[in-house]
Amino acid sequence: MIVFRDVHKRFGSKEVLRGFSLEVQEGETTVIIGHSGSGKSVSLKHVVGLLTPDEGAVEVDGQIVHQLNREGLTALRSRIGFVFQFAALFDSMTVRENLALGLKRQKLEDRIIEERVRHSLALVDLEGAEMRYPAELSGGMRKRVGLARAIALRPQYLLYDEPTTGLDPVTSAVINQLMIRTREKLGVTGIVVTHDLTSAYAVGDRIAMLYRGQIRQVGTADQIRRTHDPIVRQFIEGRPEQAAGLEESSMETQP
Amino acid sequence: MYQGIAVRVAEWLTALGRVGNFVADVTRSTREVSTWGPLTPGLMRRIGVQSLPIALFIATFTGIVLALLSSYSFTGAVPLYFIGAFVGKAMMLELAPVLVGLALAGRVGANIAAELGTMRVTEQVDALETLAFDPLAYLVVPRVLAATLMFPAVVALATAMGITAGWVTAVNLLDLSTTDFVKGLRLFYEFKDIWFGLLKSMSFGLAIALIGCMKGLDTRGGAEGVGRETTRAVVLSAEMILVLDAFWAVVLL
Repeated sequence: MIVFRDVHKRFGSKEVLRGFSLEVQEGETTVIIGHSGSGKSVSLKHVVGLLTPDEGAVEVDGQIVHQLNREGLTALRSRIGFVFQFAALFDSMTVRENLALGLKRQKLEDRIIEERVRHSLALVDLEGAEMRYPAELSGGMRKRVGLARAIALRPQYLLYDEPTTGLDPVTSAVINQLMIRTREKLGVTGIVVTHDLTSAYAVGDRIAMLYRGQIRQVGTADQIRRTHDPIVRQFIEGRPEQAAGLEESSMETQP
Repeated sequence: MYQGIAVRVAEWLTALGRVGNFVADVTRSTREVSTWGPLTPGLMRRIGVQSLPIALFIATFTGIVLALLSSYSFTGAVPLYFIGAFVGKAMMLELAPVLVGLALAGRVGANIAAELGTMRVTEQVDALETLAFDPLAYLVVPRVLAATLMFPAVVALATAMGITAGWVTAVNLLDLSTTDFVKGLRLFYEFKDIWFGLLKSMSFGLAIALIGCMKGLDTRGGAEGVGRETTRAVVLSAEMILVLDAFWAVVLL
């Protein structure tokens, strides 16, 4: 289980997270929605220790992430897969090498590495792309390789940072299907951060709205669709009222 | 005015502290031999072997100019076989290490800063961390080791090339015999001439790689940030070379 407890995070004078609390139950996929720059990715990076909270804590299976030593953090990260917004593939490596890198770190036998690479690429429908370089792939293919790299590690948790941003609707639907398929076949617990509501409704067991550094509402897709909360309604209906205020709250949140 | 000076001093001390922390972290990361070990030979080739053409080019023309300059300066005052001594001493002690160091500050320093900077802004460094790698052990340690080990090798070859170019110039353009050139070359030669130049070049390699890595990993803000930090890395590396050059001269000569 992943628990965010009253997490505060500030970059310079801008406080991005202001008491962010959320529980992600085993086996479920929780989607965090919110405006661009509202701190969704920041919250995700706390889970793998890429960022440390100014106050509060993030717990993974009872371990407080920012209190782990180097070995503890390495062990934790080996249980978590992270799918980056722009895939973050290593440009100088082929697709196969990108997938194999994390597996080599786990000191697996070459035979198992090859099998995992092949199986992970098959899961994202990219068989035969092993020897291609990231520069030779389309945006959607890069995202799928990013997902394959994460699932090759057989993680207990999968974190998705804006998995469908910048993709056309059809490719977005393919990525959504892959996320659902990954959960069904590998049984992983997931956190997805996105502002793409179609994706959120498709993959989320629960959806949490992040607003001004705190969780505004948590519920199932139906509960969110039927919400009476004016802020959540405005977001899901895409109404521009008070947009200036929202923009102000969301600026300058990227580290 | 005093407030401005205090702010500047505070900034310098902060920067110094960050450098100290970075070096301490990199030193700790050397324990992960299984991470940096396999990457180092490839980087030694990229940093060292691929830098040879520019280093030899610089050394060749420096050797030619040194021979002609010394002939011009010595004529009528000092025996011409001193050309060998001048070319040898100048190449070994100063010109090969410093000129090659400055050229490689551009080639190697910019390459490292731009590569790591791009990896930083495209989240590849974060990706390494999420794959349970220590980015310092994976990215910094092999580059620093490769530069520190390969710079002396490159400078040694450049020195040899410079002296050879000076000899060919002296024999063909200055009517000096090979025997006289070698006589001059051996006249004031000490073993220290060689290790002093190589030690300096080793420190230049260390400084250039450390600065390139630090600036690269500090990069923020996309393409503009990569350009800005790469420029800073090259300028700072060039300044560091000159400071280290003076430092070694004061300490060892």
